[in-house]
Amino acid sequence: MDASEVVNAQPKVRLRGVEKIFGEGDGATVALEKVDLDIAPASFTTLVGASGCGKSTLLRIIGGLDYQTGGEVIANGHPVTGPGADRAMVFQQYSLFPWLTVMQNIRFSRLLKANRGEWTSAEVEAASGRAEALLNLMGLARNANAYPNQLSGGMQQRVAIARALMPRPPILLMDEPFGALDAQTREVMHDLILHVFNLEKSTIIFVTHDVEEAIYLGQRVVVMAPRPGRIDSVHTVPLPEKRTQDMKLAPEFIRMKRDIVERIRETSGMKTDYDLLEKLSRQASL
Amino acid sequence: MATARTARPGAWAIRGPMSQRQYWVLAAVGLIVPFAAWWLLASIELMPKVFMPGPADVWARAGAWLREDDLAGDTLISISRVVIGWGLSLLIALPLGLLIGTYKPVQALLEPLTDFIRYMPAVAFIPLVMLWIGIDEPSKIAIIFIGTFFQMVLMMAEDVRRVPLAQIEGAQTLGASRGEIIQLVLLPSAKPALVDTMRVTMGWAWTYLVVAELVAANSGLGYSILKAQRFLQTDKIFAGIIIIGLLGLIIDQLFRLWHRKAFPWMHRKS
Repeated sequence: MDASEVVNAQPKVRLRGVEKIFGEGDGATVALEKVDLDIAPASFTTLVGASGCGKSTLLRIIGGLDYQTGGEVIANGHPVTGPGADRAMVFQQYSLFPWLTVMQNIRFSRLLKANRGEWTSAEVEAASGRAEALLNLMGLARNANAYPNQLSGGMQQRVAIARALMPRPPILLMDEPFGALDAQTREVMHDLILHVFNLEKSTIIFVTHDVEEAIYLGQRVVVMAPRPGRIDSVHTVPLPEKRTQDMKLAPEFIRMKRDIVERIRETSGMKTDYDLLEKLSRQASL
Repeated sequence: MATARTARPGAWAIRGPMSQRQYWVLAAVGLIVPFAAWWLLASIELMPKVFMPGPADVWARAGAWLREDDLAGDTLISISRVVIGWGLSLLIALPLGLLIGTYKPVQALLEPLTDFIRYMPAVAFIPLVMLWIGIDEPSKIAIIFIGTFFQMVLMMAEDVRRVPLAQIEGAQTLGASRGEIIQLVLLPSAKPALVDTMRVTMGWAWTYLVVAELVAANSGLGYSILKAQRFLQTDKIFAGIIIIGLLGLIIDQLFRLWHRKAFPWMHRKS
């Protein structure tokens, strides 16, 4: 565990003994067991683990879309009691509004009272400039008036990210946002999101099951384990702040990837049983 | 070297492709053949004309009905009954469906009851309706209402429930309140499905109109059909049925046109 980087700053997100139990009595399953975690401001944290380790559940609890059955969740200094504009979320897919154009999707938060508040006209002006800027940043300038179903999966996720960034959320939660994209598009999106992170300085918590993605994006990688869902280990990524694709071949990257993959295999019981396979194929050939 | 051959599957492949032209040719055949068969059957007078009038007789009768016997008035009164009965259904079913599809407690309270009532045949309510409301205009509207309302509520609730959770949660994490989610996400997202439900239930409204007019009316297309039977004017029965069919078709197409115009994002693909 590395606590050093959160000592001087008030954590942006603070989890203490967070517990999630689905169901009751004999049918109850523990999705999360006593999770403690501090997330520093302006940091990029990735949560990685096998399916069933509770990483998405944990993210949804921080987002206020799910609730914990025990423990404490504090974000931006306040206990989380539900979803809010201070914690924007990017989903794997299907979260865009198909009846709105790309630009209207990005500007959606401006329609909401929570973000309008008592805006001065100068602020409204600035916000409309921001929509344009995000559109350009995401490489969507030519698609401003397209509808989501006219775009590729990668483009749709760019819109989803721009829409989430629009109200300048202090915390950005990403739930396997690139899980449905092909490998090449993913790489492009990785560099894009890192660029956005450096530019916006928001706090990003990113859930993935892809270890390479977790290391490449994160400053810290939180490895989770299933049955019951819990934090297994926290790793600080030994890479320079500015990431480049060739770092994926650096020895320290590969070493960390091997360690984490090993942890996940060990804790999830997802190891390939070669003896069993051998036995089965011998039986089949008889 | 063998000549290059395209591997385009034939029209009979499962969900196989078909050119626009082939489609319209077959559609025309599908319409013309039955019409021609009717015309042929009538012209060889296999059955007496009084049972099987030909297209010409029906056309002539429809013309006479229009000129001498207030076809326009009958049509208008029938349309207005359908629109009022169905519109009343819509007025109540839309907010109710929205509430059932949005809030679990409302669903628990109302859906089982609605589910039960919709299996009671609307036609069986006619004696009750006549007993309670009489045989004037309101009774016809009530029958159309009973026939369409309960189905419409359930279908609209389902339309609202089908809005993807990710859309709702996306709005929530942008700070949308409950009211804003209903107004800015649930309604616009479900709207195309709601318009489709309106179109389908409008078709049922016409069915119940005819039922209502056959039982208790002295005007309207259904009533005219019944009256024609008493006077053995088979050609007028034919004319009445065809006119109702055409009206239904026109209204259906208008709904489809509305759908295409109002929801370009559904019909425009990359």
